[in-house]
Amino acid sequence: MPNSKKKLLQGNEACVEGALYAGCDFFGGYPITPSTEIAEILSVRLPQRGGKFIQMEDEIASLGAVIGAALAGRKALTATSGPGFSLKQECLGYACIAEVPCVIINVMRGGPSTGYPTGPSQSDIMQAKWGTHGDHPAVALTPASVQEILTETVRAFNLSEKYRTPVIVLYDEIIGHMREPITIPEPGELEVINRAKPECAKEDYLPYDENYLVAPLAPFGEGYRYHVTGLNHKADGFPVNDSEIIRENNERIMRKIDENIEDIEKNEEVFLDDAEIGIFTVGSTARSARFAVNALRKEGIKAGLLRPLTIWPFPDKAVKKMADQVKFIVVPELNLGQMIGEVQRVGNGACEVLGINRVDGESIHPTQIIDLIKKHK
Amino acid sequence: MAVPAAKQRLSVPFDYDKYLRPGKLPHIWCPGCGHGIVLKSLLRAIDKIGWEKDNLCMVSGIGCSSRTTGYVDCNTVHSLHGRAFAFATGIKFSKPELNTIVISGDGDAMAIGGNHFIHLCRRNIDITVLVYSNAIYGMTGGQYSPTTPAGSYATTSRYGNIEPPFDPCEMAKAAGATFVARSTAYHTKELEKILLQALEHKGTSVVDIIDSCPIYYGRMNKFKSASHMMNGLEKDGTITVAQAAKLTPEEIGGRQLRGILHQAERPEYCENYDNIIVKQATATKGA
Amino acid sequence: MAEAEKKLPRIEIDAVRCKGCSICVDFCPTKVLIMKGTIVAVDNLAACTRCQLCDLRCPDFAIRVFD
Repeated sequence: MPNSKKKLLQGNEACVEGALYAGCDFFGGYPITPSTEIAEILSVRLPQRGGKFIQMEDEIASLGAVIGAALAGRKALTATSGPGFSLKQECLGYACIAEVPCVIINVMRGGPSTGYPTGPSQSDIMQAKWGTHGDHPAVALTPASVQEILTETVRAFNLSEKYRTPVIVLYDEIIGHMREPITIPEPGELEVINRAKPECAKEDYLPYDENYLVAPLAPFGEGYRYHVTGLNHKADGFPVNDSEIIRENNERIMRKIDENIEDIEKNEEVFLDDAEIGIFTVGSTARSARFAVNALRKEGIKAGLLRPLTIWPFPDKAVKKMADQVKFIVVPELNLGQMIGEVQRVGNGACEVLGINRVDGESIHPTQIIDLIKKHK
Repeated sequence: MAVPAAKQRLSVPFDYDKYLRPGKLPHIWCPGCGHGIVLKSLLRAIDKIGWEKDNLCMVSGIGCSSRTTGYVDCNTVHSLHGRAFAFATGIKFSKPELNTIVISGDGDAMAIGGNHFIHLCRRNIDITVLVYSNAIYGMTGGQYSPTTPAGSYATTSRYGNIEPPFDPCEMAKAAGATFVARSTAYHTKELEKILLQALEHKGTSVVDIIDSCPIYYGRMNKFKSASHMMNGLEKDGTITVAQAAKLTPEEIGGRQLRGILHQAERPEYCENYDNIIVKQATATKGA
Repeated sequence: MAEAEKKLPRIEIDAVRCKGCSICVDFCPTKVLIMKGTIVAVDNLAACTRCQLCDLRCPDFAIRVFD
């Protein structure tokens, strides 16, 4: 990146850079700690480039407006934290079934309820997957550095546009508020995916055309007149009572993610090749885990880290491989045990799985991980 | 071929099919439900203003009224319960050239969507809101709503409703809507005229439309038929602003006012954003 | 001219759309329409004044008056 710009940025500032790089031209949000900087900065930056910023009356309306903007053809973003994410679940489900691309940033804080607004947490891992009712696809990305917040925000927009689905970016307050020197990529350096436009005659357009796994989405106002609903619908977007179509509707929105898991999945592996002890974690906790792995290696303990940048869909394949290889897996997380259940499910008894959990608003220190591994090995 | 003069003079019925999606009728509304009458008035108003279907966007929430969007051949969103105002705000703000209408009901707009309704009015964004007020939750089988009159019956107010009703027009006016009007399904030509004025208005326009739910509200409140209900609630239960001006409050009694109840000029949201925000932002860009 | 005035209108009823709510029958000022079973029917076409109230108040898009 010879011409790229170096900057010292906060995580939430990097999120803005990523969003703008991806072509975000609409933000609808509501103030909530610790994500508010994203709204504040975009209120300045978006109008400078003809984009739209609106502070809505509540969290629900924020995602509602974002969905409306996306239907009007915009790349739309909202940002929130735990309690706001709870409120957004209603519209999140709508975006899933109506297949409206949009990006939701969730800077996680302690919970439940208002919880601990200024402390870090990873307690929305399961909410990102199961928060809204009904079976639905979940795509959630978990950056672990300020630089990654930028690149993963770009990837979130790309995935949402490509698969016509809401994409969640989950990061904890530590990386949301920490400052690191990062490189702002030059235009063209990172891939930016724009929404596929229909190629058919306007009168033949079907917003949920069965000939596609992901049909092109026409922006409102360009002559493709169609209907959007949160009810189960057929290819033309109109609600149905036909059980066969309802089944296909529900299954296809899952299938479009499941069948493209390799495109969506992204993991970082640290010393995993010959690891005898595995660590599985995300976000700020992965930074401690990386430190722990390096320290343990220096002592001759073969620890390795599997760090997903896509937590949903869950990296079953990579976790299975690790579980078959190592003696035990440690899952440190800033909650009382969310990812660990998934690791146990995938491992299915192949190895022992141990949790390190913290919900006191403090980060998991590398020594906690090191101590547990030394004690248990 | 020459057409006799008399034939040219006589009116032709309005061609609603021009604005309806083919094959969608008969609609789902119950026999005698006023929603179809309201929709017809709206379609005639849209025809009069001459909006192209490609540039027309209709957004609804959930409920009987909100099924309207499925029938109209334009850009339509059947959104979430109460959230049509938020969805529509996102659409209109993104593409101000889209003529945007929200179709809502009394439960959708005054209860679950109350907050969104207030703030849409406050922003004075150029959206026309139709509240189909039938004083009942019809889709779920007849529960009392925020506009159900005190003392009347619903499946969740079997002993009589003890809650006082909301006035959607007073709410809209207080919140900052710049065009507020009321009409009824019974007064179909008057409604068409008011809707046309609402569509023409720049800024948030709200039209509260009293229509009847003969199946749920009507049966539980001893109305014999749809027309009996229309006569009782819509014709005799309302009075025009002009008529009311000549009467004492006692003479007006419980009748609701029809006509334009409030009209004001105030900067429109999307224009304000362009004129103030974008101007300021681009001027200070280099700073 | 006199002949044109005597000419009867044509009232089209869409039996599929009509739900038989009777609104058009009840509000017709000249009692042109009646209920026949569960849908509306024309009973006295000669009385029709072409006022179109039946069309305007029909919730079901089911009745139209042509000249």
